[in-house]
Amino acid sequence: MKNIAEIEALIIQDFEFLEDWTDKYNLLMDMGKELAPFPESFKTDQYRIQGCQSKVWLKSHLNEDKRVVLEADSDALISKGLVALLIKVLNLQTPEDILHAPLGFIKLIGLDSHLSPNRANGLASMLKQIRLEAKVYAQQTASAS
Amino acid sequence: MDIKAIRQEFPILSRSINGKPLVYLDNAASSQKPKQVVDAVSFYWLNEHSNVHRGVHTLSQDATIRYENSRKQIAEFIGASRPEEVIFTRGTTESMNLLAWSYAAPLLKKGQAILISEMEHHANIVPWQLLIERRPDLRLLVCKIDDQGVLDLEDFYNKLHDNVGLVSITWTSNALGTINPVKLLVDAAHKVGAVIALDAAQAVPHMPINVQETDADFIAFSGHKMCGPTGIGILYGKYAILDSMPPFMGGGDMIRDVSFEKTTYNEVPLRFEAGTPSIGEAIGLGEACNYLTGIGMEKIAQRENELLQRATEALKTISGYKIYGESKDKAAVLSFLISDAHPYDVGTLLDQWGVAIRTGHHCAQPLMQRFQIPGTCRASFAFYNTEEEVDFFIEALRKTTKMLIQ
Repeated sequence: MKNIAEIEALIIQDFEFLEDWTDKYNLLMDMGKELAPFPESFKTDQYRIQGCQSKVWLKSHLNEDKRVVLEADSDALISKGLVALLIKVLNLQTPEDILHAPLGFIKLIGLDSHLSPNRANGLASMLKQIRLEAKVYAQQTASAS
Repeated sequence: MDIKAIRQEFPILSRSINGKPLVYLDNAASSQKPKQVVDAVSFYWLNEHSNVHRGVHTLSQDATIRYENSRKQIAEFIGASRPEEVIFTRGTTESMNLLAWSYAAPLLKKGQAILISEMEHHANIVPWQLLIERRPDLRLLVCKIDDQGVLDLEDFYNKLHDNVGLVSITWTSNALGTINPVKLLVDAAHKVGAVIALDAAQAVPHMPINVQETDADFIAFSGHKMCGPTGIGILYGKYAILDSMPPFMGGGDMIRDVSFEKTTYNEVPLRFEAGTPSIGEAIGLGEACNYLTGIGMEKIAQRENELLQRATEALKTISGYKIYGESKDKAAVLSFLISDAHPYDVGTLLDQWGVAIRTGHHCAQPLMQRFQIPGTCRASFAFYNTEEEVDFFIEALRKTTKMLIQ
């Protein structure tokens, strides 16, 4: 199991040599397409992330190893790619690691413009939601131990 | 029209976005500003500013004259019979809220209805819903539109006879471009004794307007969509009706005498302009009217229509296109979808090409529901756009959709 920094390094490698923005976006959208299927029955307001112009749904749970399992989907390809990017890095990590990861790779692969809270695409909203859920799991784990 | 010279008056149009020349096609959301307007505003702040309607000193009197002169320019621009019929607000949204609380709330009779249409902007829906929460006896009626985005006149006439006290309808749809036959609607409303308000936010910036000919009782529009500053807009109203209305907000400027027992209100229009107004912005809007008049609204309308036709024809060469809003009478707004490409994806990728369009529901969610779509892509043109920009936009769109649809 790779840690967050190791996965970030791999993603940076993938993006590094793409000079043309179209290649970058194509790669991002391809990552979205590789996401595991998200059950239609979970595409409800309960799982919808607010603050995105497209619809983005996110569902998480804590597995037996006390790691966070993340699933997501979106009706837009770029949003789906962005959420897939986060999942690639944060899926199956511990709540604590998710909460404290600086995620510097987003800037390094040139997608930091999507992090602006004003952007209607909501990469910031997605990250906020993932961290919010990780925080709940972190508290649960702390109180259980 | 010397487009090259005009474009030089808008420095922002020479900017690069994501390494590409900016192609600004989000004019229905907000227009860009010419130097003339910005200069007038900054000259005012740097040299002429003081509070208006208050001081006996020269600066205050001069600022008052500048502010009131701007009201005159705007009144002339829309053909109002007197400047007092022009009320400064923060924009169309505030104008509609003013109408709701100073006209509809106190003056509509018990059980009367407000008639709007399916193509309204939220600013012409939500104020009425808020009003009805406070006055549950009032009703909101919604006139249907057809699949081309054209008002269903039969439905309009039918609903008009259902005890309608106020018709509030858009002149030009921000999401579809439809230009409604307002003269017809005004006459029909007056025939049943209803008052009629027009949301003209997308009309006033794009064609010659004469409020006396149109004869609507109220007309609302925004400064920032017509080369003026943000935070300033207008509610035009016929003087006699305005004079029958109580104030919207309380505070300075809107009063004649205040005592703890009784306060008497100022004359129209100051009665509706509580507090220190947006003086610089008002002066900017006056200058914007001056600027647009200099170019000529007829020419602007013609020019924008040419751009719309060019874009529409070119869009039709992209497979899977669907245009929303196909009224014969249409402003330079092109709302569309390409196959199942999400508008958000299209807008994000077009931005990479330097092309700015609007995506989403355009503050008209009920309209999107009417067409059963989550939103559209909307390119909206202004007189300063060029044929080359239209062509570049279409080519960028072609490449974009290729990325999105495989």
